[in-house]
Amino acid sequence: MTYMGTSPTRPDAAAKATGRAEYISDAVRPGMLHGAIRFSEHAHARILRIDTSKAERIPGVRAVITAENTPEVRLGFLRDNLALKKGKVRQFRDEIAAVAAIDPDIAAEAAAAIEVEYEPLPAVFDPIEALAEGAPLVHDVDPRGRPVTSNLMPVHFRHFSGDVEKARAASAYVAEGEWSTPLIQQTCMGTAGCIAEFDPQMNLTVWAKTQIPFLAQRDFNGALAQMGLRNKNARVIVPALGGGFGTGLDTHCYEYISILLAWKTGKPVKVQYNRDQEFAYLSPRQSATVRMAQGCDRDGRLTFRHVHVVQDNGAYGSWGATYPSVMLLPATSLYRVPNIYFDCELVYTNNTYAQAMRGYGNPELTFALESNLDQLAEEAGIDAAQLRLINCNEPNEVTPMGLKVATCGLRECLEQTAERLDWDNKRGAPDGTARGVGMASLIHVGGSGRIYRSDASGVILRFDDWGNLYLSSGGVEMGQGLHSSLQIVAADAIGVAPDRVFINQTDTSTCPWDVGTHASRGAFTACNALLMGATKLRDKVFRAAVELYPQLVEEALRKQRKRDPDAPAPSFDWRSRIDADAFDLREGQVFLSNTDDPVLRVDLGKLIRAAHFRDGGGQMFTVEAFYDPPSELPDWEQGQGNMSACYTFGTQGVEVEVDTDTGDVRILKMAAVLDVGKVINPQILRGQTIGALAQGVGYALYEEVKTERGRILNPNFTDYKIPTAVEMDFPIELEFVETDEPTGPYGAKGIGEPGLVPTAPAIANAIADAVGVRIHDLPITPEKLLAALRAKNEEAT
Amino acid sequence: MEVRFTLNGREVSCSLVGSELLLDVLRGPLGHRGTKEGCGKGECGACTVQVDGHPFNACLLPAAEVEGRAVTTIEGLAPAPGELSPEQQAFVEAGGIQCGFCTPGMIMASKALLDADPDPADADIRHALVGNLCRCTGYAQIIESVRRAAALRGEGS
Repeated sequence: MTYMGTSPTRPDAAAKATGRAEYISDAVRPGMLHGAIRFSEHAHARILRIDTSKAERIPGVRAVITAENTPEVRLGFLRDNLALKKGKVRQFRDEIAAVAAIDPDIAAEAAAAIEVEYEPLPAVFDPIEALAEGAPLVHDVDPRGRPVTSNLMPVHFRHFSGDVEKARAASAYVAEGEWSTPLIQQTCMGTAGCIAEFDPQMNLTVWAKTQIPFLAQRDFNGALAQMGLRNKNARVIVPALGGGFGTGLDTHCYEYISILLAWKTGKPVKVQYNRDQEFAYLSPRQSATVRMAQGCDRDGRLTFRHVHVVQDNGAYGSWGATYPSVMLLPATSLYRVPNIYFDCELVYTNNTYAQAMRGYGNPELTFALESNLDQLAEEAGIDAAQLRLINCNEPNEVTPMGLKVATCGLRECLEQTAERLDWDNKRGAPDGTARGVGMASLIHVGGSGRIYRSDASGVILRFDDWGNLYLSSGGVEMGQGLHSSLQIVAADAIGVAPDRVFINQTDTSTCPWDVGTHASRGAFTACNALLMGATKLRDKVFRAAVELYPQLVEEALRKQRKRDPDAPAPSFDWRSRIDADAFDLREGQVFLSNTDDPVLRVDLGKLIRAAHFRDGGGQMFTVEAFYDPPSELPDWEQGQGNMSACYTFGTQGVEVEVDTDTGDVRILKMAAVLDVGKVINPQILRGQTIGALAQGVGYALYEEVKTERGRILNPNFTDYKIPTAVEMDFPIELEFVETDEPTGPYGAKGIGEPGLVPTAPAIANAIADAVGVRIHDLPITPEKLLAALRAKNEEAT
Repeated sequence: MEVRFTLNGREVSCSLVGSELLLDVLRGPLGHRGTKEGCGKGECGACTVQVDGHPFNACLLPAAEVEGRAVTTIEGLAPAPGELSPEQQAFVEAGGIQCGFCTPGMIMASKALLDADPDPADADIRHALVGNLCRCTGYAQIIESVRRAAALRGEGS
């Protein structure tokens, strides 16, 4: 292999460095109008009257729409959301009306001129209160109009194995507690937006900032049917994304509103959020409260794990309501535990509704699990790293959930992290400073995560007449480097130079189906499909070579003799070797394997042209391949099933110093050791891992969407802090363990999400080691830490 | 009113109706969409441009303020078609680019830093980029890109 494990320039880098990459905010269509949305001013209220007459009279306005004058468009996997709300609003950001106008300012002015009269209703903002008897109902009927009696969402994820109560009673040591994690914003640097446009046949094209172009096509086709446009099709084109992080996992009300406005006006309509709107109107990551208890025997072997999760879902269901599907991974399978209880409640409230974000339930659960494990270690008097090693997952094990773990580098991850932190000398050291070290581990899907019937990715590979490879994939390049991985694997697997691999824009009209770029699956599934396609494509080339190679070589020899009559003859009888299996293709040259005689090397483009223009009928070189990983769709009610083809493991360690006067936490150093299967592109892997780790630092220390009775209070980067280059000013020791996963493309596992999963508990554990107090709710702000330190001091005096 | 200034070495003029910001004028009538809007209020740095060599958030600067001044945007950096400036080259080589939305602003802020200090210490680089947010990279390879840019500029001079 020539390119695996190297870092050729990523194919999108130069366009991005010169400002030429086109994001949705840059995209313009001829005759395009601009849409603006009127959002609710109440968290829960009946809509009594909407008066759009003033808005309609503003010059430049082309359409004003409400639920009254448009077909009902329902969305969400629970079908509990409407593009334009009817009857009542259930959150501050509910879409009530929308405007299309000739420029964005006129659209915004007209949206503001719409008059809405409300009757406020009692609202509920706390998931526990929402579950209490007599709590206001967020939805009083289900999507089919049947009465609803509770705010509990109709989603069920559970796992019970062994006998938890018996195991608890028999445990030598038990630790328990409750942990909570905040609402946070994905904060893609490129804000959300879309353009919808109908052609004269009323087929639709949507330029969408999405991670799921094909499921979006399905959703938009559903909307067309609801609008009465039968037998019409939606095409989804994905521009440069500007970050995804889970925001593109669902289709959004603003997209349907843009479709409705385009349908009303007959013009392309763009809806583009600015930063304030992105913060206020785009769904954040869910908050969670996790009650966790774990026990162990005298030797530190884990005996049981008891987990109960409550999540504040907000007013409507997105895919984010399936976070527990991923929580099941750590809950059942991080470290070896024989007896497990896992249950969760997802609750409707009048808060902003939540959606997917990187890690998808895993950081929430792992924060509780790994914090609790440190408490158990203390309880049992066992070193925290040792406790983890005693219960470490090993290769070739089947976990209580039924996860079939083939490769597992967790032991090495734990050991290396401890070594890099100088754990034995620093942990628990009474050195008179407020410094401490902590660690936490992770398990995540490494071979995609089956949450849908198909978990597949297709690719189409095509050589043009010059031997350029065009690769169409339904996967989305969000910035993570999918296109670089595809280029590297294509170059090695097919035998062309990376810069001859051109990756087509993701477009449902030209690319094959892909379930979506999520669950760290992009490179894993697309590169596996690519490997299948590569074999087919090479075979096609070599079969053509059997016929065409001899004449091309003869021609080359003739030319050579003409140039140099004394040129030596080829060193072996190449004619006798002609056989489809004997050919090789490397760097765009076809040759008989085991020769480097240049005259016997035929330019791929030349061979393709010879095949194209051949007498008696030419041919083309296009193949498709479709890869669906060897995994199972779990039974969620039982929490059973091998949901991924393989699993990614890792450990992060942190050394911190706490300023006991101010409560400030300074990270002195981090170590991150990740079992990646195999490194495809080290530079991109490093970027992905450190980038995720920075999001983990933000989650641990800084980030929280603050709300007051459902209203978001900090919709900007001044009041919502993400880490800057200054916060990230500490050394990061990164190490990749290569376990060569048999199901992975060239051995690689998915690595998109894992980097942020264990960061917060590693930091919380280091703080506890440094100053002896444990913060149970993220983010760990100076105020919380200072209050905890004061409480501890008061207790001591 | 009319505003006249130098944009990437060429004289340009643009009529203003009111209080348009430099960012609106660049991305709108002047068609320079390489400068990105990430927040519209000077918090994220995605719209960083150089005005008379100094870094500015184009989303905060009234267009009328650049009358007679020299504005450089990301489009003005590459010395020739198919070539990249040392700063652009460094970001491409050192992995400073992921989703790319912050990249034009990052590169412009880095160039402004290197114009003022050709050999900055790491802490100076981090300080200079504190107003440029990135959600993808964790900044490590961005800092390395700036170091690499300093080296490339050194070789070129």
